[in-house]
Amino acid sequence: MLLQRFLVRLLTMLVTLFGVAIVVFVVIRVAPGDPIAMMLPPGASDDDIARLRALYGLDKGIVQQFFIWLGGVLHGNFGASISLRQDVLGLVFNRLPATLELATVALLMAIALGTSAAILGARSRGTAVETGIDIVSGATLSIPDFLWGLVLILLFGVLVPVFDISGRVSPQLDLPFVTQFYLVESILRLRFDLTWDLLKHMLMPAVALALPLAAIIAQLLKQSLKEVLDLDYVVLARVKGFSETQVVLREALKNAALPTLTLVGVQFTFLIGGTVIVERLFSYEGLGNMAIDAVVNRDLPLIQGIVLVFALLFVLINLAVDMMYALLNPRLRHG
Amino acid sequence: MDEASIARRGLSPRLWLAGGWLLLALLAAIFAPLVAPQDPLAQDLMLERLPPFWLDGAEPGYWLGTDSLGRDLLSRLIFGGRIAFIVAFAAATSACLLGSALGLIAGYVGGWADRIISRIVDVWMAFPPVLFAILLVAVLGTGLSSVILAIAIIDWTRFCRVIRAEAMSQARMDYVESARIAGYGRIGIMLREVLPNVLPSVVALLSLEMGIAVIVEAILSFVNLSISTDDPTWGSIIAEGRLSIHQAWWVLVFPLITLILTVLSFSQFGEALKARFDPVLR
Repeated sequence: MLLQRFLVRLLTMLVTLFGVAIVVFVVIRVAPGDPIAMMLPPGASDDDIARLRALYGLDKGIVQQFFIWLGGVLHGNFGASISLRQDVLGLVFNRLPATLELATVALLMAIALGTSAAILGARSRGTAVETGIDIVSGATLSIPDFLWGLVLILLFGVLVPVFDISGRVSPQLDLPFVTQFYLVESILRLRFDLTWDLLKHMLMPAVALALPLAAIIAQLLKQSLKEVLDLDYVVLARVKGFSETQVVLREALKNAALPTLTLVGVQFTFLIGGTVIVERLFSYEGLGNMAIDAVVNRDLPLIQGIVLVFALLFVLINLAVDMMYALLNPRLRHG
Repeated sequence: MDEASIARRGLSPRLWLAGGWLLLALLAAIFAPLVAPQDPLAQDLMLERLPPFWLDGAEPGYWLGTDSLGRDLLSRLIFGGRIAFIVAFAAATSACLLGSALGLIAGYVGGWADRIISRIVDVWMAFPPVLFAILLVAVLGTGLSSVILAIAIIDWTRFCRVIRAEAMSQARMDYVESARIAGYGRIGIMLREVLPNVLPSVVALLSLEMGIAVIVEAILSFVNLSISTDDPTWGSIIAEGRLSIHQAWWVLVFPLITLILTVLSFSQFGEALKARFDPVLR
């Protein structure tokens, strides 16, 4: 049953990715403006243009171009970036870890913040504290990450300049890293001075990404907690003499978390989508920042590669959440 | 909930504040040439980086100060509101029409139509929206109509998903069955019976989408891909403010406050409409 569900989802996922590949390919090819002409210095002869066009396969029909490209992608060959003149896959893998670290730190912050607010709200239900949490989370939710980023730049970059608001790591530092997962590697190498520097750079963009999600978690989890807290077994625990906080933490949370979990999965993809502009805002050297440069430079192969990697990430997260939900939900497990 | 509490909910102070701000901003934008104290494009290097009125060194007539080229910030915000509201109304309405039409077809007709439309929605959801918007505007060319078109192309799925679900549940209701027995055709039932019943959700979503459109326009302006760089937009003012943040914080603060108030107001409006029309809450 579970395996069947997995296989169906996997198939849908492949269809979705194929659709993304088609859309991105078509969108880029109908673009007016000639990327080849932009690569060459003014005064290049028609012969030069034609030769370069053939080199990048742009002289063939659009359907043929698509399948040549798709065939390459399936063999791990995403082509070469026109503006950076390097292998697309290498460029993407070079930047992806920075984005993954940022998104993961943001997700953990959102979960910690949202869960704390939900527990506090459920514990003090019916009081002014709960109303306060409702109002704050409602407003936090409505303000997107782009605006939060700007607010944080003003507050902690200018007004009280305690955090770095630009870049991923201080440029004067000597980095011993062999992978691009700087944060993970700095911890593994016990170089906590570097960890601290990385976190100081990462904190502001991560908070900007985390705040809207934290608000959503706070609202939904508080609602589920309040429902669970009225159930018999929780009332029994309370009668047995557990304190309200113990009741919430030990009994209610476990059973209230499932609906929130599904939502967090979907929202995590939105958070990753938000890294594109937040990285730009904080000059953080991740995939999203590179994507905007690629669009501005009309670097077709690089755009295609980046969009496909983002799409792959999104469908993989959805697949993982769906499987996790199926595993944790007894109705589906035995259905 | 009884009539009185609905009325109370409808007239809550939050809604008044939200509506008041939107009305004020909209009127200022419409009558911009009359209201703006200065020409938003006039540069004067003698007047560069004037602070807002309550600080030392402010000049009368330049209430919120000036940017690094000596242009009046308040006037630029007022004129930028024109772009913001045009994009908000045009993009949200286009996304709404496209998404609702496809959602109605998918939800009410079902079968193959539903399968195809749902697959397309899946594909769309796998794109990072901001990157998609930037890509589309780069492809379509910068300009007001490109920005509107890009937002509509990206955000129709929000309407489609909600309307599809609504139309599906409506299609199973008795009144649709009676209409069918009474001899109405599919399209007739869809337009005359199902559409009016999903309309409240559409209106609430529309208000939320207007806020989203304002943000997307600001983001596109911020990465210099919205309309021509001469016309002031909230996003382009923010981009300038980000650059001169250490010399003139007000160039970032005031457009930021304007954007936050506008987005909050649109979402509060949408929430209030949803609460007002939602049969479950009512």
